[in-house]
Amino acid sequence: MPLGRLRVATWTSALAVLLVAVCIAGAAMGTIDIPPRFVLASVLNALGVSTGVTVPDPYPFVVTTLRMPRVALGAVVGTGLAAAGTVMQGFFRNPMADPAIIGVSSGAATGAVLVIAAGVALPLGLPFAAFCGALLAAFGVYAIATEGGRTPVATLLLAGVAVQTFLGAVVSLLLVRTDDHSLREAIVWLMGSLRNTMWSEVATALPVVLLGLVVLFAYARDLNVLLLSEEDAHALGIEVERTKRVLLAVSAVVTAACVAFVGIIGFVGLVVPHVMRLLVGPDHRILLPTSALAGGVFLVAVDTVTRLGATSLPVGIATAFVGAPFFLYLLRKREVHEL
Amino acid sequence: MDATDLAVSLGGTTILDGVSLSVKSGELVGLVGPNGAGKTTLLRTLAGYLTPDAGSVRVDGDDVHALTSKAASRRVAVVPQSSAFSFDFPVRDVVAMGRHPYRSRLRPADDADGAARVEEALERCELTALADRPVTAVSGGERRRVLLARALAQDTPVTLLDEPTAGLDVNHQVRTLDLVRDLVDEGRRAVAAIHDLGLAARYCDRLVVLSGGCVHAVGPPSEVVTRDTLRDAFDATAAVGTDPVTGTPSVTPLTHPADRDTHVHVLGAGDAATGLLEPLVTAGYHVTVGPVVDGGLDHEAARRLDRPAVTTPPFGAVGDDAFERAAAYCRDADGVVIPDDARDVGVNARLADIADETVVVDRTHATVRNLVADALHETDPTSVSSE
Repeated sequence: MPLGRLRVATWTSALAVLLVAVCIAGAAMGTIDIPPRFVLASVLNALGVSTGVTVPDPYPFVVTTLRMPRVALGAVVGTGLAAAGTVMQGFFRNPMADPAIIGVSSGAATGAVLVIAAGVALPLGLPFAAFCGALLAAFGVYAIATEGGRTPVATLLLAGVAVQTFLGAVVSLLLVRTDDHSLREAIVWLMGSLRNTMWSEVATALPVVLLGLVVLFAYARDLNVLLLSEEDAHALGIEVERTKRVLLAVSAVVTAACVAFVGIIGFVGLVVPHVMRLLVGPDHRILLPTSALAGGVFLVAVDTVTRLGATSLPVGIATAFVGAPFFLYLLRKREVHEL
Repeated sequence: MDATDLAVSLGGTTILDGVSLSVKSGELVGLVGPNGAGKTTLLRTLAGYLTPDAGSVRVDGDDVHALTSKAASRRVAVVPQSSAFSFDFPVRDVVAMGRHPYRSRLRPADDADGAARVEEALERCELTALADRPVTAVSGGERRRVLLARALAQDTPVTLLDEPTAGLDVNHQVRTLDLVRDLVDEGRRAVAAIHDLGLAARYCDRLVVLSGGCVHAVGPPSEVVTRDTLRDAFDATAAVGTDPVTGTPSVTPLTHPADRDTHVHVLGAGDAATGLLEPLVTAGYHVTVGPVVDGGLDHEAARRLDRPAVTTPPFGAVGDDAFERAAAYCRDADGVVIPDDARDVGVNARLADIADETVVVDRTHATVRNLVADALHETDPTSVSSE
């Protein structure tokens, strides 16, 4: 398929540079402002690269221990959610699809709130429960929608909506029954937040998301063909059901790994792929990498801005605040309805 | 390609039952049949998309359903009736998707040969000028050509086409089938489901008539396209003749005739009776016609409608024998219809005298059946007139 490799390279590297820039800016800004060169030097020093720059205290501590984990996790989560959103929109041939559509987010919410309400206090117990809840919900949706080895996309969509509604009710029930302290903790998780991020979280989420992205990129061309129709895709040599299973499973794992640590962050997976599709076109070989990077840029930028605000909003609220009106603007202005 | 004893059921309903079909190299097989006969299901099964409950589809000895999708798609290409083009890929990219079966996930580089085939497919389908336009911005007919070009780029020995001409204007119907014919003449094999029996008969080497999930008839178009086939397979009444231009069967579908027990004889002269026969036949009259010129339009109309006609040689007077036969029809008939143009012909005047009842009909008269019914003092079962 003809695709300007130069075009892919240009867009991808430009967005990669932008992502690095946003990350540095994110680590530079806060209650104390740190000059960007000290941010860079702190990171490089921490990585063992000799820079010759002496960074005054407490900058290295603020950058590498306080801010950088949060920025890094924002980048990882934004990247993962946007990539999974791109795949889901293509997979469902539906502009309203996002990673939550197969029940991943509501499954994660159920797992997380269950752990919070039960008062379980194990290290990484909350993200582990959220991760498992997400995958269980996604697998449940898949199993419900599959009959005789085939999984019609429309059935999957409806099963996803039903399971989401059901799990939403379960979460509400748990919230009603829980005490005030747990309630507050649960609500903060549900709104999505990058606060108090630790490197261990980044270290767990990053490999999962990276590996998932590699697999999804490898399926970019299949995803293009799958956009036509499943029958066409079969005629063009795609093992339709197997490809669908791989795309669903990998998207679910990537999304689960993202929401497990930060809670529900909406609209990244919905809006970012849309904007990128308007900019670079529908070909997943360019759309997928650019959407992923743009997702990282978007989440880090929004998180930095909300962190600077007086009230320090949870980032999930901010992404929805920015994303929803922007989506509506696109809906009126451009051809979002055509996907 | 050999399909043997295919049985397919969907959701518990049997769609195909014991369907066999073979296509040789350089052969275009037309799949015809009424709506719901299972044509699309058969094509989907031949493509390997649907797995049959029984039977097999082999291409050059390989069972299509045992092959991987990729291997199968190097042997069989499909031109679907429509495709969901909801994403604005350029036309060239959509055509290039036809090369997907030849690409490996690990080594996705475009080979020069593949790129050349894409350009060739674009050119043959007259899409070169549109190659960079978004597929969502081209017309319906052009999209159909995009699908055809994609199958062409796929470069398979077998091509399956589902209604390649549906929704196209007359010009593009013919151009599309010309292109398919060219591909087949180059040695490919093709199966096309075609609704237009005239086009199917004109372009296909053989026709397979599918009805109720079974093969009703197989053979060359001239043997298969008959009034009997149309009646039995399609439950249709039709006039079948030979198209004088193409020499292939041509079909004129008719309204289902009403039931009557009245004999009407129509007199001819020139082509005066043409156009009067069909409404009378449809109204259920037992129609006879003549004398008419052998091979004239009147005669051809009678032939296609399968009605007895008394004929006379061109440029000759009506012989005694022909007159006697026509007179016999007139005597037997409950009424004789005289086309206005044929009124002054001497023979017709003598024949009209023999008849019990005569009706003169202007040949442009659309309500010939009502006039005849009035003259014979009967109510027209097909008429809703409250007169």
